[in-house]
Amino acid sequence: MERAAQTDENTAGLFIATDGQTVRCTGAWIVQKIARLEQQINDAVWPDANALEFNCSELIALDTAGAWLLHRTAGKLEQFGHPVTITGLRPEFEALLQLIISCKIAPETTLPARPDLLARIGQSAWHTLSSMTDMLAFIGETAIILLHSTTQPHRIRWRPILHNLQSAGFEALPIVGLLSFLMGLVIAYQGADQLQRFGANIFIADMVGLSMLRELSPLLTAIIVAGRSGSAYAAQIGTMKVTEEIDALRTIGISPAELLVLPKLIALVIALPLLTVYADMAGLAGGMIMARSKLDVSFDIFINRLGDAIQLSSYLTGVAKAPVFAAIIALVGCYQGFQVTGSADSVGRQTTLSVVQAIFLVILADALFSIVFNWLKI
Amino acid sequence: MNTAPVIDVRNLHTRFGNNVVHDNISLSVQPGEIFALVGGSGCGKSTLLRTILLLQQPVSGSIRVFGQEVLGMSDEQALPLRRRFGVMFERGALFSALTVAENVGMVLREHTQLDATLIDEVARLKIALTGLPADSGGKYPSELSGGMRKRAALARAIALDPELLFLDEPTAGLDPLSAAGIDDLVKRLRDALGLTIMLVTHDLDLLWRVADRVAVLGEGHILGVGTMTELSKMEHPIIREYFYGPRGRAASEQAWKRK
Repeated sequence: MERAAQTDENTAGLFIATDGQTVRCTGAWIVQKIARLEQQINDAVWPDANALEFNCSELIALDTAGAWLLHRTAGKLEQFGHPVTITGLRPEFEALLQLIISCKIAPETTLPARPDLLARIGQSAWHTLSSMTDMLAFIGETAIILLHSTTQPHRIRWRPILHNLQSAGFEALPIVGLLSFLMGLVIAYQGADQLQRFGANIFIADMVGLSMLRELSPLLTAIIVAGRSGSAYAAQIGTMKVTEEIDALRTIGISPAELLVLPKLIALVIALPLLTVYADMAGLAGGMIMARSKLDVSFDIFINRLGDAIQLSSYLTGVAKAPVFAAIIALVGCYQGFQVTGSADSVGRQTTLSVVQAIFLVILADALFSIVFNWLKI
Repeated sequence: MNTAPVIDVRNLHTRFGNNVVHDNISLSVQPGEIFALVGGSGCGKSTLLRTILLLQQPVSGSIRVFGQEVLGMSDEQALPLRRRFGVMFERGALFSALTVAENVGMVLREHTQLDATLIDEVARLKIALTGLPADSGGKYPSELSGGMRKRAALARAIALDPELLFLDEPTAGLDPLSAAGIDDLVKRLRDALGLTIMLVTHDLDLLWRVADRVAVLGEGHILGVGTMTELSKMEHPIIREYFYGPRGRAASEQAWKRK
């Protein structure tokens, strides 16, 4: 076997004889060793003689990369008017060289020029616009399928809905509870000093209650769920798209939206308000504990005050936002999943995008809610 | 001539939970040989391949590749050995974020000091060697058909001119013409580059046309090793079933006609 002789002293070499007609090729012309040889060939001063003979009888190894280098060098010399003959090749090297010569190698591909700044701005704007219309179309399609399902309730797939309730709702309880509890604790802690200065200790209940119930727990829960479940939706649907499972569903006659989007949407719309209520409780508990330890407001006083300070509407406005946030998270996650094209890279990109867009839209919706509630004076 | 076996598997036991996959398997692959592993689905062909490639750990046994014991090797120790392998996975496993030419060039860039133009040329040469059309170098794997993806995967596997090439189902899912193209290609590569090739396949045509020796795996054991002609004369019921099923017969008749 010619490859057995790959010892280190056999570096690839090329020597131009003094008669200016023969060129000796020596050593192992293999991919690991020809880096320096190529440099040497590029820098070589070729003799003026017309015909050149490449004597390869001292070659001890040759692989495709080496054979290519030999072929390329000979080809270049011939372009400059030196007919080249290659002699002394072992039969197996000769066969390899013939194989290389017989290959139809693609010409160098030139990359298309990068578009100029204006074109790129235009492309990016167009892309944003078209993805917005796509998103609207997706929401529309989902709405139509949702309406269909409500007219034919037997077609609703309960099993995936329950499964999603479990994974997006029940399994999120520990993290949502812990974070809201800590949030309540921190708000009470931050407010305690200020309130103490005015001797308004009891108002800690107003502060924690209002901020948690109206704003923080719906928002916090939505952000956690967007990170936990929205990303999972995008990654799941995206991977299914890469493995052609989505196409398989279509050919079996199941609408992917009906099987994949609707159960997630319904489950999240049910789960997120429940999670929000749970977050409310955990946050208040955190506030209560801090109120007692820093402000000496006992639990029953805190709860008493809470009843006076917080109207039912405050609580309901918080919970009412949750289904809207849920719809945003589920729709954005699923939509980004469907936008995946073919590659693993694209799954990662769309998953990131799903979380970023979902959180962005949730906060935007929250701001809109504040404005609307302000108009309605709730 | 070096006659020490390139791959030498001794008393290999592999188990997944309670499911015994390999029960005392021994086989050896000689230099320059095209060695095929066959057997029914789930008989542990691919597992054996993955074990040799250090992607999976067996329960016990010994695997020597180029005379070196590979079991228990760290990734770092295995690196020089891995440079001498080329692997083509069943579904291609091309990096989806890179074009075909970049997939091939990446291996060269990682392991050699060649300059960028030469890498690019060698990558295009490998792509041409596998019979891919000229414009496919600039395409992404997702834009290729199944057969072209296989060829691109093969181009990546031979990027470093490996001494040992592993092919997992090289012709599965290909049309007969492309499959025949792969047959010729495997043979030409072996003849031109002096490769040792180990392949896992179900394709009886490929076996008749290119394999020097074939091992039949079944029930956790090696049921028989030999040339196709030798195997086709063996009495073991599973081997007979394999070779004398309707497709087996057609392929062997074809092979006889060619001879």
